Amino acid sequence: MQRTQQSGKSRKRKEQAIRSLFFIIALASVMALGFIMYFLFVEGLPVFSKVSVKDFVFGRYWYPTSQPPDFGIFPLIVASMAVTGLSAAMSIPLGVLAALYLAEAAAPRVRQWVKPVVELLAALPSVVIGFFGMVVVAPFLQDLLDIPTGLNLFNGALMLAFMSVPTICSISEDAIYSVPVELKEASLALGATHWETIARVLLPASLSGICTAIILGMSRAIGETMVVLMVTGGAAMVPESIFDPVRPMPASIAAEMAEAPFRGSHYHALFATGIVLFIFTLLFNLLADHISHRYKQTGAATL
Amino acid sequence: MKIPKMKVRDLNFYYGKFHALIDVNMDFNLNEVTALIGPSGCGKSTLLRCLNRMNDLISISRADGKIFLDDININDPGVDVVTLRRHIGMVFQKPNPFPKSIFENVAYGLRVNGVKDRAYIAHKVEETLKSAALWDEVKGRMHESALGLSGGQQQRLCIARAMAVEPDVLLMDEPASALDPIATQKIEELIDELKSQYTIVIVTHNMQQAARVSDITAFFYLGRLIEMDKTESIFTRPSLKQTSDYITGRFG
Repeated sequence: MQRTQQSGKSRKRKEQAIRSLFFIIALASVMALGFIMYFLFVEGLPVFSKVSVKDFVFGRYWYPTSQPPDFGIFPLIVASMAVTGLSAAMSIPLGVLAALYLAEAAAPRVRQWVKPVVELLAALPSVVIGFFGMVVVAPFLQDLLDIPTGLNLFNGALMLAFMSVPTICSISEDAIYSVPVELKEASLALGATHWETIARVLLPASLSGICTAIILGMSRAIGETMVVLMVTGGAAMVPESIFDPVRPMPASIAAEMAEAPFRGSHYHALFATGIVLFIFTLLFNLLADHISHRYKQTGAATL
Repeated sequence: MKIPKMKVRDLNFYYGKFHALIDVNMDFNLNEVTALIGPSGCGKSTLLRCLNRMNDLISISRADGKIFLDDININDPGVDVVTLRRHIGMVFQKPNPFPKSIFENVAYGLRVNGVKDRAYIAHKVEETLKSAALWDEVKGRMHESALGLSGGQQQRLCIARAMAVEPDVLLMDEPASALDPIATQKIEELIDELKSQYTIVIVTHNMQQAARVSDITAFFYLGRLIEMDKTESIFTRPSLKQTSDYITGRFG
């Protein structure tokens, strides 16, 4: 009896030790992120002593090195949103329809081969995609459309779409494929066609997964730096057509950070741009989280 | 006066190389409940799923032979399987309501069959829920999710959903196997009431259930129809030893 009490005690201590270890590990990663955020705000906020938040966000001129400098990131915000929006317009239909094909129409063997290949595309380094956009797509666009430069908003959006299609397709496919087969059979047994079953049962039941896929794909696009740095042309102006060169926020930060004097206003302005970008991606992720809870439909009935 | 509603003639069914049903011949009569019994893997569920060509979903499967619904051979390549399934409803082993409202679950079949008249849909939903003995329990919460219902209620909802499109035949694949005894009793009472309107084929593992609900019982073993007769006869004086061994629980 005493022995079991003893071993019970030591077991409890062990459990406690394991629990503490995991807590510390979790805490360490959360704290690391917390410090990054803290650093971002400490380095970014001082710019607002030079320029008001309103002028910073809505100012139309980004001339950080002229005298006196202009810190208006409106063109950068518009560029980021335009590039992301346009790439979403291309990647969402492609990604979701490809997912539907793989989950519902493709022969099992095709699915078995194509799915890993699509997922492999997600592993393509962004610099490679950027390079492709620069040396293949840009000259092609320039010749085809007879425009001054092939490095522009459209090219950037196209390359970003390349990057988000695998994410959207792969996660959507998982969501569609995991709808219980019982629901599909129930629909077919009622005399629904395959198409009606997809539209009325499979898509609604996997909507939350598809929305999550879309938003993850898009947040990958909005935060992506290398591709937009290489292929969007880099002009900090509000675009008038989709073939104008633009300068999205991440490209601006990456291109200028090395040249900005340490702790000068330009440096702070770049960090403040980082804050704005951070708020955008945060909103995206909160939205994804909200949607995946809001439209969560439990698949099979529970007893 | 027996009218055969469905007739199975020389049916052989294969999953890849596996010969799952061997030379099956049988009739299912109008306004009768036919129970298919037999040990797991004997082919009874496969046969049931042949009757509305649900096995089409399995790409490696193949059916030889004829199955008639009235005078139409449903295995004929010219038969439209979507139309066929409107005439043959199915209730599954596990309650599988759609993750939609109670109302939309029952209305689903009507909607996919092109019914637009909202008054008619509302009327039909109420009527079928009443005949599935579920109306009183759900009438106050028609627009809540069907997943909030108990297992037994969900299964009766699935039966209502199948009935809403007015099929001629109802196939039931162990409809009560996942339910408690009280819910099972309700389903069985329902089957008894429904047989005046439908031809019902039910697969069951539960011998007492077969004895309680069916008029005809068919015993399957290793893909063959071993014996088929009036339920009374099968359970009191089966003509084959194999059948009596199974129903008395000596194997299976």
